[in-house]
Amino acid sequence: MHRETSDAMAGARRGHREINTIALMAGLVALLFALVFLSLFTGRGTVTGGLGDVFSLWQRDPDTAWLILSEVRLPRTVLAVLVGASLGLSGAVLQGLLRNPLAEPALLGASSSAALGAVTVFYFGVGGMSYLLPFGGMAGTLIATALLLILGGRSQDTLTLILAGVAINSLTAALTSLALNFAPSPYAALEIVFWILGSFADRTLDHVYMSAPLMIIGWGLLISTRRALEALTLGEDTAATMGFNLMSVKLRAIVGTAFCVGAAVAVTGVVSFVGLVVPHILRPLVGYRPGRLLLPSTLGGAVLMLAADIGVRAISTSMELKVGVVTALIGAPFFLHLLVVLRRTRP
Amino acid sequence: MTQLKSQLMPSKLHLENVTVRYDGTDVVSHVSLDFTPGVLVGLIGANGAGKTTLLRATAGLTPLETGEVRLDGKPSSSWPRAVRARALGYLAQDRSVLWPLTVERLVALGRLPHLGPWDTPGLEDAVVVDRALTDADVAHLAGRAVTSLSGGELTRVLIARLLAGEPSILLADEPVSGLDPAHRLQVLQIFRKLAHTGRSVVVVMHDLTLAARFCDRLVLMAEGHVVADGSPRAVLTPKTLSRFYGVNAQITEHNGELMIVPWGLDKNLNTPD
Repeated sequence: MHRETSDAMAGARRGHREINTIALMAGLVALLFALVFLSLFTGRGTVTGGLGDVFSLWQRDPDTAWLILSEVRLPRTVLAVLVGASLGLSGAVLQGLLRNPLAEPALLGASSSAALGAVTVFYFGVGGMSYLLPFGGMAGTLIATALLLILGGRSQDTLTLILAGVAINSLTAALTSLALNFAPSPYAALEIVFWILGSFADRTLDHVYMSAPLMIIGWGLLISTRRALEALTLGEDTAATMGFNLMSVKLRAIVGTAFCVGAAVAVTGVVSFVGLVVPHILRPLVGYRPGRLLLPSTLGGAVLMLAADIGVRAISTSMELKVGVVTALIGAPFFLHLLVVLRRTRP
Repeated sequence: MTQLKSQLMPSKLHLENVTVRYDGTDVVSHVSLDFTPGVLVGLIGANGAGKTTLLRATAGLTPLETGEVRLDGKPSSSWPRAVRARALGYLAQDRSVLWPLTVERLVALGRLPHLGPWDTPGLEDAVVVDRALTDADVAHLAGRAVTSLSGGELTRVLIARLLAGEPSILLADEPVSGLDPAHRLQVLQIFRKLAHTGRSVVVVMHDLTLAARFCDRLVLMAEGHVVADGSPRAVLTPKTLSRFYGVNAQITEHNGELMIVPWGLDKNLNTPD
């Protein structure tokens, strides 16, 4: 009788929050499509208006309407989807690899060092070399993530990792400030500030072309770690005896993160906390399996990012609100909450 | 099919002159040992004797200063990584699990070495996982989150994970520490059965009575060296217990089996030989 009760309890617990992965993915894809549609028909503030305005403009002046769709809203939408997916995925992989639910590209300094890399290329490069920006971003992330693994990767202590991230973040902030300090012109200073704030505004299809291939390579590398992330639930030693080459796994995770975050930040600036929030929300829904979390996190990142970008466009302000500022405003208290909860449960 | 696979897996383990050095100190020093299928070997010794390091070195987790680990006569590193992962099962001393996976899913992770990168677990895997859950007496916990278990329950779940991998060589670091008396007996019975059905099994233990009762052979380590190796009766003598554990032990027999009760600290503990 005791056994029956515990079986029933177990069944109830198993079904508590977890849902079918296929259903979860289908739901996220449907949500993403709806948001893409909404995004294509949402203008800034009330000036360019919503769906009705687009249709009336289409009837009056189809060329202008097409121009707005293809040159303004399409790149913005595509970038939000790609960058959100990249951040969601790299957050989920870093959390699984470091066995730490607080790992996130921005918190760990990967995003800010990508920004520094892009700023460095911008600072020393000529105007025509903008195609090098993603590579600057990738180099920045690569160095920061490798440094992080050396500093705090072996310890499972949450605090050590966060402190390593803090150290890297302060270093990159100092160096970015240095670049800002010596900016040759107000225009250059403005450009540098762009990478600190993070936004999808005024992006063109060129930005998509130069970053998308790199992000997609990054996705491949990151997703290839999924089986190893499952095994890492049991710790590094056990995962190694189960046939996973941890050097190769770490390398793929680091380089994959560099491709994803480096390329993303280079074209949109730092957008923080997406990689923290998305895996955290979705994890219970996949039964806490670190490998199963990857694809839903990718879709979830795209959904959240696009929703946030539609949000900043819908809010009517004279100066456009930058989406990176919004995610930071929402994400920082969320992070604090998570930190308090974790410190309580894992001393 | 399963039979064929297990026949292809190496099951003979040989350590040749293995030395592991940390910070200039030999933690394991020139150890040569043979572990053969069919024998349950207990690896015993005081804290810091080098048992865990020897086990880690055998599992390929620690670089060797000298020597070599061989599986079926061939250097361990020359076997394909996947074959080695299927053949060699390792239970780590560290029992921490981060994510609150269900017990059933944690045990199913044991099947990972048998799956290709894109395979999904099949019926055969499910049968093996079910059997492992039953053997380690954790079937009733199948739906529980592993983070909600007691220390002893978690240990049994991790043993189930080890069993689910169907290894031909098992290396278990203190599998019964933290278990209640009934589960100690049960787990050791499982390991003995695994050994006696053709696997090489090495178990690190501190409970000498259980070691004497269940193991066919004991390897006693001290300061990185193997200092005694043989049947429990040959290894567990008042002299070795006094010299290498620093205890005076009551060694009696019960139903023809050894009972060892460490009774007092050896007075000569700190005097040089």
